[in-house]
Formats: sequence, structure tokens, C-alpha cells
Amino acid sequence: MKTLFDRVWEAHVVRELADGVALLYVDLHLIHEVTSPQAFAGLRREKRTVRRPELTLATVDHNVPTGDRSLPIADAIAARQVDALSSNAREFGIELFDLDSPEQGIVHVIGPELGATQPGMLIVCGDSHTATHGAFGAFALGIGTSEVEHVLATQCIVLKKPRNLEARITGRRAPGVSAKDLILALIGKIGTAGASGHVIEYTGDAVRALSMEERMTVCNMSIEAGARAGMIAPDEVTFAYLKGRQRAPAGVAWTSAVERWRTLGSDSGASYDTQVTLDASRVGPQVTWGTTPGMVADITDRIPDPAKLPTEDERQAAKRALEYMGLKPGTPLAGIPIDRVFLGSCTNARIEDLRAAATVVRGRHVASRVRAMVVPGSQRVKAQAEQEGLDRVFRDAGFEWRNAGCSMCLGMNADVLGAGERCAATSNRNFEGRQGRGGRTHLMSPVMAAAAAIEGRLVDVRGW
Amino acid sequence: MVTPFVRHRGKAVALPRRDVDTDQIIPKQFLKGVDRTGFGPSLFFDWRADPNFELNRPDAQGASILLTGPNFGCGSSREHAVWALAEYGFRVIIAPSFADIFLSNCYRNGVLPVQLRAADVEVLIGRAPCEIVADLEQLVISDDQGFSARFSADAYGRELLLRGLDEIGRTLLEEPSIAAYERSHA
Repeated sequence: MKTLFDRVWEAHVVRELADGVALLYVDLHLIHEVTSPQAFAGLRREKRTVRRPELTLATVDHNVPTGDRSLPIADAIAARQVDALSSNAREFGIELFDLDSPEQGIVHVIGPELGATQPGMLIVCGDSHTATHGAFGAFALGIGTSEVEHVLATQCIVLKKPRNLEARITGRRAPGVSAKDLILALIGKIGTAGASGHVIEYTGDAVRALSMEERMTVCNMSIEAGARAGMIAPDEVTFAYLKGRQRAPAGVAWTSAVERWRTLGSDSGASYDTQVTLDASRVGPQVTWGTTPGMVADITDRIPDPAKLPTEDERQAAKRALEYMGLKPGTPLAGIPIDRVFLGSCTNARIEDLRAAATVVRGRHVASRVRAMVVPGSQRVKAQAEQEGLDRVFRDAGFEWRNAGCSMCLGMNADVLGAGERCAATSNRNFEGRQGRGGRTHLMSPVMAAAAAIEGRLVDVRGW
Repeated sequence: MVTPFVRHRGKAVALPRRDVDTDQIIPKQFLKGVDRTGFGPSLFFDWRADPNFELNRPDAQGASILLTGPNFGCGSSREHAVWALAEYGFRVIIAPSFADIFLSNCYRNGVLPVQLRAADVEVLIGRAPCEIVADLEQLVISDDQGFSARFSADAYGRELLLRGLDEIGRTLLEEPSIAAYERSHA
């Protein structure tokens, strides 16, 4: 009896080292400008090469400007990092989607989009949201820069096998409730360290009912529950998404690949180290109120009273969070005024996210004192949206329509919140200062963020 | 080459907060460098702007051991967080639990992450600032006031730390196995 994770793990063991630690082979290594320069410098210093440059894909996403791309990058230090990736890619023979490429975008958006992400693969990237690719039944995990260097030099990674957690999500979602709400509700339930040391496998009819892009949203935030990775067994939805994509197998190779992929799923009766359940029919639109993704509540709830939390460190953390967020216990979440809206990130900036948000925005206008921006996950998503006229919908409503990148999810480029500004964001982290020093982030789904932009305050999209 | 870690005696300071994420340890504006150095002065940059922040206290100066809350190092995979802690002078971090990627980044940078029971961490936090000894060979944390607690460490991570190993050089010795794997999966 094996789980999906057991199978993918076993298929990549080059050699068992000791105590559950194994040397594993990496099928796809994604790199970006921020966590790779020191790794390449290390290779150069030790006179080492990249073992399999053809299994390595590079793009620029974290610090790139999302404004006019015909201008040089104004931030000289960021420009140096972008240049470093470009010269490293050239020197070591790695394919790079640079700022001018129509395929440039957030690394976790372009992997699937190109069909480079496939079921059963072991995928790594120097970025914690690599878990996104697990939506295809890949074992995909974020690593540090030393490990990036290790993978470049050896195409392998040394890992201790994590435990396996089944998150079974059942029941039918109510209208207005999205994949983002499911994952936020799950994190709220198990906590930000609830899946530490584990790989999550998402199962259940509510997971099967998700589209491929929705599955990516769920897996993306596995790290926010502390997990090493998140996975969903591949099925017809997965195959339909991949078929015909640029880097997906074609012809006879496609048929045999699908045959192989069908055998990856967990055996019925396979056992997990830990199990949790979530009833999707009881989940409403979620909004974070604090400074971790686990500090989350239903939009119909009120800000909790820290004094009522069970442990002293939770009480302290919540008290500190509310001070930072400028919020008082007992305040209804719906109605909290906002200043900014960010529709973007590897969590929620794919075409379906933009379509859903556009449905809410169409024919309406952003509230007068709100600044709202859409940052598509990739240049391809942007082009597709423009083909569908979504850019017009957003622009007419007063949104800024920008180029692809991580942008205000982490605020490494010029897209940042000012101190005290409150933002409705579709991204994945509401940490102190994450979107800009002193900025206050409320995480939510694209439709919820779109509705907040129009109303100028947090609002229950189900009332629309 | 990483400095081996066998045993360390030093001053411990307390940062009694849970879920300290790597965005706090080293904010994004400092991630634009292309070197592994220069991050120490920016450690906990935003928090250090507050004169009352734990590490700003006069008696916290010169500390090399950090006592903190559960889920330390959560969030972003940025290894810069460990580089910043190490460059600031921290060689040991003691907490009830750590985020997985942060742990693996510590092992590769000569920083010892020690997981102790929450009650034990609390005792030490109550005494901080204080002198503590972290012994990776014996797997014991102790102080001069009679505190002593055993901890367990990931066997592979422990070896990396004890020997200050060049992990890549070591894996490259596995070349025959790697090549065999590639042949059988071509």
C-alpha cells in the first residue's frame, strides 16, 4: 500500500544514505534572479559545472519592474541581479526567459503553463512556493541557495523523507467560495506549523472538483501550513490541462506518459502519518486579520479577542498582530476600509483568477480613494487576458494593468505598500512588512479582492 | 567551506515570539545582493528600529545563542536569513520547533538549530541573558545553574555541522550511482 508521495519519492532515490535520508534525482530545477547568484558564484569558485543544464529553467520574476518594460530597470541593484542571472544562464548553458521574453513570468506560473511541470516529477526551486507544482502530482519543494548550488552541480538533492499528511476536503463549495478560501480555511484549522515535517496530499471530492489552476492555488499555500510540499494525484483534469502544451510529451510519448501517470495515485487504504478533514460546504469566503496566514476568519466573523486564545504565546502573538494591523477585537471584518488592492502572485494570478475577478469588476469602478492593480502571473496570462478583453474591464474600472512578476506579493520591486496602508491582496503572506514596511495585508480570493476594490472596504462577495 | 560546529559556549538572548518568519529576520529589500555576505547589519531590520527590541538591549550585546518561540524561520526559503543570523554572530538557535527549509539552511551554514521542549525553552528564556553550552557531539544543552537537556538532531544535518562538510564534494563522490540512475531513466 503506497501513497502518491511514496511512489514519487521511491522513483527518485539514487541511493539511500542513512536514517531515512536519501540522495534523490531532480527532474526539473527552476531558478530565478534572487536566490541563485550565490549558487553560481559557488560553482565558479570551485570550478564546477551545471550537470544537466537542459533540466534547468530560469526566469526573472522576484525583483523585476511591472511598469514600462521599454525602459531600463531603475533600481541599479535589482538590475545587477537580473544581469547576473542572464550572464550565469549564458555561461552555464541554461535556458532563460528574460524580461523581453513573451514567456517571462512568475516561475510557478510559467512551469505549468509551458507543460514543463508534469506528474510524478521531482521539482525544486529556491522559492518556498514551489509546492504549487504539486497540483500535478509532482513532488515539488522549495530549497535554500546552498541546495540550489548542490542541484546545479549534481542534479540531486539530499533529503530526509518527510511524513505524509492527508488533507481530505469533501462537500460542495457554495457559490462565491473559491480554492483560496479552502486552503486559507485549512491553514486556519491546522495552524501555520500544522503540517511541519510533512508532505500534504489533498484528497476528497472537493479537491477532485477543482480545476487545474484552482489545484495550484491550494498546493501553492502548503508552505503556509508548514508543509514541505503539497500534492494532488493526477487525473483527467490534469491530463486535459497538459495535453498539447509546449513541453508536454506528444504523440506516442503522450499516450505512454498518461498511462504511467495514471498509476501514480495513492492506493485505496494506503496509510498516512497524519490525517485532517475539511468540509468545503461549511467554508465561507476567508479573510486574514493578523500577521500570519493562520490568523484567518470567515468574512462574516469579527476580529477575535486575543485574551480568549488558549495559550500565552498565541495571546501575545495575536495582540501584537492586532497592534500592527491597527485593528480592535470585536470589529466585524466586513466593512474594514482598505487603501490598496493587489490582484497578483503565484497563488492567484492565472487566467481563471483574472476572469473571476473581472466578472465582479465589469461595469463598476474602483472606490475613489483606493489604488488597485492587476499583475498577471506571466506575460502569457497577460496576453490571453488582453485577447479576452479583460484588460479593458480592469482599466475601465480604474485598475492599473501591469506586466508580469512577483510584484507586491513581496514588494522587492517598486510595487510596495506605504506605512499604515491597508491592502486586500490575493497573495499568500500577510507577514509584518511583507508588502512594504508598515503595510497591512489582508489575504483573500480574487473575487473578494475585486469586490473590496469596488466598495473600498472588506465585503462579502456573496452579497453581490 | 563551512566552519565545523562541535561545541559552543556563549551568551544566550531571548526573543520570546512564535512564528518568527524569514521576512522579519531579513526583509526583502536586502535580498538584492549577489554575495553571501553583508546581511548581518540588516538582521531583524524593521524590529531593530524599535529601541526596546530585545536585541537592542545593552545586555543582549555579544550574544551568540538565540532563544525563541515555535515555528522559527517560517515563510520564505531565503537562505539570506541564516546568513544574516550567522553574520550577526548567532551560532545556535534554540526553539520548540523550526520551519523545515530554515532547518536545512542552518545545517549548511554552520548554525546549530536545537529543538527543545517548550517548557525547557521557557526555563532558559526566564534566565536570559545567560551563558549556555550547546554540545552537538553529546547532544546536550546546559548552563552553569544546573540546567541540562538532551536534544536530538537530524543525523545527516549533524554530520554536516560536525565536520563542516563540503556537501557538493561529498555528493560528487556518488557519481557512479548518479550516472547509473541517469542510464536507467534515459
